[in-house]
Parts: sequence; C-alpha cells; structure tokens
Amino acid sequence: MIHKKIAVIGGGVAGMETAIQLDRIGYPVDLIEKSESLGGHAKNWYRVFPDRRPAAEIFEILHSNLKNSRVEVKTSTTIKTFEKKDGKIFLSDQENETNSYDAIVLCSGFELFEASRKEEYGFGIYENVITSAGLEEMFNSGSILTKQGKAPKRVGFVHCVGSRDEQCGNHHCSKVCCVTAVKQAIEISEMLPETEVFCFYMDMRMFGPYYEELYRESQEKWGVQYIRGRVSEAAGNAGGSIQVKAEDTLTGRPLKMNVDLLVLMVGMLPSKDTKQIAGQLDLKTGVNGFFKAWDDHYQTNLTSQTGIFIAGSATAPMNITDTISHARAAATEVDKYLKEINNKITY
Amino acid sequence: MDIAGKNKSQFGYSLTKGRQIDYDKNNMKLRDFVISNEPSLLLCIGCGGCTATCTAGGFTNFNFRKLHNLLMRGETNNLEESMKKCMLCGKCKLVCPRGVNTRNVIFTIKRAFAMTDFSKPLK
Repeated sequence: MIHKKIAVIGGGVAGMETAIQLDRIGYPVDLIEKSESLGGHAKNWYRVFPDRRPAAEIFEILHSNLKNSRVEVKTSTTIKTFEKKDGKIFLSDQENETNSYDAIVLCSGFELFEASRKEEYGFGIYENVITSAGLEEMFNSGSILTKQGKAPKRVGFVHCVGSRDEQCGNHHCSKVCCVTAVKQAIEISEMLPETEVFCFYMDMRMFGPYYEELYRESQEKWGVQYIRGRVSEAAGNAGGSIQVKAEDTLTGRPLKMNVDLLVLMVGMLPSKDTKQIAGQLDLKTGVNGFFKAWDDHYQTNLTSQTGIFIAGSATAPMNITDTISHARAAATEVDKYLKEINNKITY
Repeated sequence: MDIAGKNKSQFGYSLTKGRQIDYDKNNMKLRDFVISNEPSLLLCIGCGGCTATCTAGGFTNFNFRKLHNLLMRGETNNLEESMKKCMLCGKCKLVCPRGVNTRNVIFTIKRAFAMTDFSKPLK
C-alpha cells in the first residue's frame, strides 16, 4: 500500500472506474458519491448503443471490480467545501468531517437538459411528450404506452433539445443523443413492429465505431425514417396525440405530422456541482461550462491546479466507452504525479 | 431578356438555360451587403426551423432557409418578388437555434432593393 491518499468525487461510470484503477496501482482511495447509490445516470439506462447490450452488464463488471478492491465507497456524502492548501486537498462533507488527500479526481459528470425550458416542445404541458431518459424508464418497465394506455402507432424523436441551441444558451453538441435516438428508434421498432418511427434531425453525428452501422440497420432492418428539419413547435391534439411542425428541408416544404408519442433527445449540461467545485478550487471551465483540461489534446485529465484531476463527462459530453478510457488515463496521470512529488521529497 | 423565347420566335427552336448555379459569374454584391449589415446570417446551418414556423410559408412558397442559400450563392433574381410574401412576424427569429436575426436579414434585403440597382456598389 502506497501512503498517498486519493479521493474520487462522483460515483458514476468515470468515478467507479478511476477508483478501481487507482486501487489496482496500490493507492488508498475514497470514492465519494452524493446520492444513495453508485452508477450515475447510466444505471437508469435500459440498453446502451451501439450493440444494445443491457447497461446492467457494464455495472455488474464495475460493481464486481469495486467489491474486489479496497476502495472505500462513501455514498450519501456531499462535499461542501473543497480547499487546496500546502499541496494537499481538504474535503469537508455535510457533517463537517474533513479529510485530506494528496490528489483528487473530479468525476462530477453531467446533468440532463431540463426539457420544460423548451416550452415550444410541450414537455410538462402535454402528457405524451417525454424525454429520452423517460423513454429508457419505459423500456425498463417493459411497456411503451401513451398516457391514454395505448401502444403508440407513430413515434417522433426530436434531436438537439437543449444542445446546439442559441435560444437556451447552449452552443455545444451533446454528441451522444444522435446515436441514442437511433438506438431508441430501433428498440421501439422491435417492441412494437407496427409502429412508425420518425427522427427529426439537423445533422446525424455518428462519431463512434459501429454507430454508422447502427444507423444503417435502423433504416434497412427497422424502417426508421429520418426527416432533415428542426422541429419548431409541438402542439397537443384532443385525444392526446401531438402535432409537430418542421421544415422537411430536403423537399423544401413545411411539414406537419401527428405522432402519438414525442421523444425529446435532451442534451448534456455540466452538473451544478461543476460550477461550485470550479469556483472553490479556482479551476477553469470551458465555454460549454464543463471543466477545461490543461491541454485539450495531450493532458485531458489535468486541470490548472496540480493534484486536481478530471475524468469523464465532467469534462465534456461523453459516451460510456470513452468515459472508461478517460478514467483509466486519469489513474495513470494521478500515479505519475504522486510518484513525481514523492521523488522530489526523497532526493 | 428572355433569350430562349427570342430564339424560339426567330428560329423555331428553344435554348434551355442551364440549371447550374454559376458561382463564378453570379453577382455577390447583395450577399456581401446583407452579411456586412447582418453578420449573424453566417451562422445558418440550414435546419429549416424558420420555415417550419413561418406564417407566410404555410400558404406561399416563401422559404427563408432556401432564400438564405440562394442569397449566399448569388442567385438573387427572384428575391425581390419573394420578399413581398414575408409578413415580418418574426417567429423565425424566435426559433432559430443559431440566433440569426432573420427579420433584419429580410429588412436588409428590402433596403438593398429599395436603394439601388446592382450595377453600382452597395453601401
């Protein structure tokens, strides 16, 4: 055991994997999570893209690795104050218990865009307007039904809700929503073979391996239809269906369509904690509000403060695959840093 | 001048004008004038939100997205006529995800046409 203590803040995918890897190298690690359980947002997901494997499988691996480690998991623990002093980082929780660490890794993640802010899409006004996260809950429950208790005959997906949108102050692309919509469109087509599925998009950004293949599969095997046009508004009809308006830009004409269920692909914003932590520790955030890395190519886990590292979707919208890689890279960087300061003391 | 029509009357056959956008020959003065007065137009990504919500577009072929594309390519022949269909309601500006001041683009184009013929430099 190495006598350098590390705290990992946030118990989602990034935090869990960072803690596991640091433990493997031999460091004592506290994994601190404010909610009651580990797993972050991803634990609520039914299946993940691009292979539609159950999200639970990934958590089985993470939980099993954590169980076999010496990582001290502290759930229901909120860090109220972060302070860096004399090369150490002091964290005080809600009970005013203060611990000092030689390094911390911030894995404070993201939060979903509040869909009701886009009032013109009717979330919170019309019952059959739901979010992508809400749809995953439906998948988990095993039945996709409208509020009227019927299987939807037509489902619409609205891309870029709260992302790439000047009107709500978010210029950034949330990256994962496009492929999530493709995945969810396939899930619906599989569960309800008679249902027509439409995606309203501005650009389809299939950035990862096998994503384009999944997009193709959605067209070829499942008949999902893609309409290139941003939805301008949604209105409720008597009976619960929703009318959406968009321009079908590829025919050059305005289009209206009634759907039984409208799914808003909500974007990723930095978690509220990110701003608080950045303020207390004097860390830089980017124009998108996420933690800014020391070097966007070569040092994506380092911040402007030594001993304070970042990993996962606290740094930018990120998929699970990249989050796990980023978490492992963070562990390597922390190890390098602690060995370097150790050497300075020794020699 | 209707070259095709003239040819037909004289020689009994017609020439079809090419459909290509001849980018090198097109007049870009109007584009440059609009952009210098309303640079936010440069941000358009062609999503069509403006056209989806357009009051005039529901009943006429008025289409701000297309109009923007034609303007950027210097295809300005039918723009003046097209401008008359816009009601200046401004809904397009409310939905634009890139924050383009669509209404001012229309005003600026109208202003340009009111000011001058395009043989002279626009100011």
